Amino acid sequence: MSEHEEHTTHSQGFYLAIGIGLLVLTATTVGAAFVNLGPFNPIIALLIATIKATLVVLFFMHVKGASEKLTGAVVVSGFFFLAILLSLSLADYLTRSWR
Amino acid sequence: MASTVIPANRAPAPTPKLNYLNNGHTLKSWLLTTDHKRIAVLYLISVTAFFFLGGFFAMLIRLELLTPQGDLMQADTYNKVFTMHGIIMVFFFLIPVVPAVLGNFLVPLMIGAKDLAFPRINLLSWYLYIIGGILISHVMLTGGVDTGWTFYTPFSTEYTNTKIVEAGLAVFIAGFSSIFTGLNFIVTIHRMRAPGLTWDRLPLFIWSNYATSLVMVLGTPVVAITIVLVAVERLFHLGIFDPRLGGDPLLFQHLFWFYSHPAVYIMILPSMGVVSELIACFARKRVFGYKFVALSSVAIAVFGFLVWAHHMFVAGISLYAAMIFSFLSFSVGVPSAVKVFNWTATLYKGSISYATPMLYAFGFIGLFTMGGLTGLMLATIGIDVHVTDTYFVVAHFHYVMVGGVLMGYLGGMHFWWPKITGRMYPEAWAKLSALLVFVGFNLTFFPQFILGYVGMPRRYWQYPPEFQALNVLSTAGASILAAGYLLPMIYFVWSLRYGKIAGANPWHAAGLEWKTTSPPPTFNFDETPVVTWEAYNYDEIPPWERRAPVAR
Amino acid sequence: MHDSQSTTGPATTMEHEAHNPALRHHFADAQQQKNAASLGMWLFLVTEIMFFGGMFCAYLVYRLAHFNAFAAGSQQLNIWMGATNTAVLIVSSVTVVLAVKAAEAGKRKVLVGYLVVTVLLGMTFLVIKGFEYREKFEKHHVPGPTFNFTDKFDDNGKQIPVNPKEAELFFSLYFAMTGMHALHMIIGCGLFTVLAVLAWKGHYNPGYFTPIENAGLYWHLVDIIWIYLFPLLYLISRHS
Repeated sequence: MSEHEEHTTHSQGFYLAIGIGLLVLTATTVGAAFVNLGPFNPIIALLIATIKATLVVLFFMHVKGASEKLTGAVVVSGFFFLAILLSLSLADYLTRSWR
Repeated sequence: MASTVIPANRAPAPTPKLNYLNNGHTLKSWLLTTDHKRIAVLYLISVTAFFFLGGFFAMLIRLELLTPQGDLMQADTYNKVFTMHGIIMVFFFLIPVVPAVLGNFLVPLMIGAKDLAFPRINLLSWYLYIIGGILISHVMLTGGVDTGWTFYTPFSTEYTNTKIVEAGLAVFIAGFSSIFTGLNFIVTIHRMRAPGLTWDRLPLFIWSNYATSLVMVLGTPVVAITIVLVAVERLFHLGIFDPRLGGDPLLFQHLFWFYSHPAVYIMILPSMGVVSELIACFARKRVFGYKFVALSSVAIAVFGFLVWAHHMFVAGISLYAAMIFSFLSFSVGVPSAVKVFNWTATLYKGSISYATPMLYAFGFIGLFTMGGLTGLMLATIGIDVHVTDTYFVVAHFHYVMVGGVLMGYLGGMHFWWPKITGRMYPEAWAKLSALLVFVGFNLTFFPQFILGYVGMPRRYWQYPPEFQALNVLSTAGASILAAGYLLPMIYFVWSLRYGKIAGANPWHAAGLEWKTTSPPPTFNFDETPVVTWEAYNYDEIPPWERRAPVAR
Repeated sequence: MHDSQSTTGPATTMEHEAHNPALRHHFADAQQQKNAASLGMWLFLVTEIMFFGGMFCAYLVYRLAHFNAFAAGSQQLNIWMGATNTAVLIVSSVTVVLAVKAAEAGKRKVLVGYLVVTVLLGMTFLVIKGFEYREKFEKHHVPGPTFNFTDKFDDNGKQIPVNPKEAELFFSLYFAMTGMHALHMIIGCGLFTVLAVLAWKGHYNPGYFTPIENAGLYWHLVDIIWIYLFPLLYLISRHS
């Protein structure tokens, strides 16, 4: 572990570009909400939200390029256990009506 | 400061004048300490107080159940008594007891660190625990709660007029104490290990506390938000679980048990770690299958999150979900069994000495096995439907939580008492108390298996007369158990003044914590140790130290 | 299950670091302290994910169970206020990350400037949220005895019957989730205010600005939670 490996901070322009990208994605998702896409409305909205969240995690929170994999593992484990909570709860709710 | 190699299994210098206990005598030096050892002692005192408070409610329950009629108290009071027993024992004793007392004291010592990673957050944890404890005591003195420790909706949100919000707040605050402890342990174990102390050299107590911390960090927030939702439902009419709005009370149970089932592993895992240490020391052997025992702790922590709905088999969840959860519940049996088999295999051809801590370890293995196996019975839907909410369930989880957690805790307390205080406890009295605890425990709780199986429901203040004989046995056992718990209180305190001076390593045990003086200096090690040996290197011990010395 | 051996940092660095007033005694060197603080913060963020996760779970379950009422309730939310707030939060995330960059470069005044702007943006979010809440009070969409809900129209403007009780459940979740999020925003604003004062006093330098970084991580997480709350509450049910 070297002394200055921490802080893969990027240039100011890079952060502004990511910020503008996030704003564009927000505009896109709002626009998409006014178009009737049937079952794809929620899918597109959540997909865009996930892209936005990923951008924030990777670049604003500096997980990409971090000196160690541990940070990434912590993030992934957080979402993994959230997925357990959601999926096993739904395992109950989605099969209640089955006979 | 240069790091030096401390030779393995060599006794260091005799007790120094200055150690963590006599480094400051004022009340302030204790209440504002950031020394993990002092915080452990603060926890020891407060956790013990709550144990006897919870035990007091247990005695009230057993006294009431001595006779079939409600003569000591009536239903309302009885409901509050078992609720307080549950809340105090679960949230204020079992969850913090081993991590916050023994873990706090030992984690930095065992990994060769000066302190936990966040000493001030550690102190904050204790204060949060105390604030939660004061709140729950306030609830207890001003009316109590009658929902049981599980706060099931809609009773807790709609019908009961007892102090749900205050009790919930107490649990919420204590929960954050637990979260911060877990967070502190994970960071400490990742970041503060002594040079050379790789993951596969860590003591199993560290592994089990690491796994426990994972559950604390991942599970506790869910119960915290669940309690908040119950509180806002009572206070602001936000009806999240309200069936009149189409809300589902079972969702409360899902969210509650998502934490509260893994919480069982928060309780038992650290005690399993203690037992691994005890077995290795008193059998003078490296724990058989070290890696499997280490990873089984993590496996239990992860699998523990997949099984929660087995608490809800009869509550109205879907049959298919019930089958999935039943199957997954069996999977937790595998890593648990790995531990039990490996401990037993460690004993094989070991040079066993029957010191008090080892007696507790034996007690743990036997009682935990019974608790675990009856747990598998309860994971079977057919049996669970038959015995749900009977004393069979009560007996099952007391075998795990009292027979398991408490046996491990007491074993650990005896084992590390010389390290914590620098004094030995009186061995003969300790053996007597271990015997009383074991006999008293089984007499209390084994009859409850039978009572439950023949149909006595839990949480009732009276029962049909044909159940009386077994209930009398149970109450008799509880009084023996109480004596077994009071005795260590007395001789531990006695030993503070009159106990034999212990020396740095009275058990000739392996492990970094024994390589510093007893009691340890404030920063644990005069020089940062460099670890060059595997955990439990008892085969490198000189022959004359092959047997753990047992005081008479 | 292994991480880099941060604990084996050479003991010689101690001598350089011995004068760093921010280095706490129980750490071997500043790098170890920084890594510990960062891991601790990330673990805390995981607890936050699970904390909100309980409510996301409730939302998911109830939306599946009471789809019509949730759609009707969702259509009563003000999408423009929600979108504006999303934009405000994204801009504040940019200012936070620029604040961290300024701290790393040791530009004290720039750092304080970005922190102040972040706090102002956070407050803007809260004010807009306040207007949204006021609208809910006016339309009797706040759960409780005064709750009243009759506003479900199909594409032709015809009223469709929706069980108002189930709509009340939607608004219960709306207030629980956005309320808890707003509480986190308030805490974040307080945090950055304190940090701005400390930064002004010169507490941070290129060798030590961990609190700025960690508060930044917290702010980004609160942003991410809103990034999910916005589509779930405002967007995905506009056509149903």
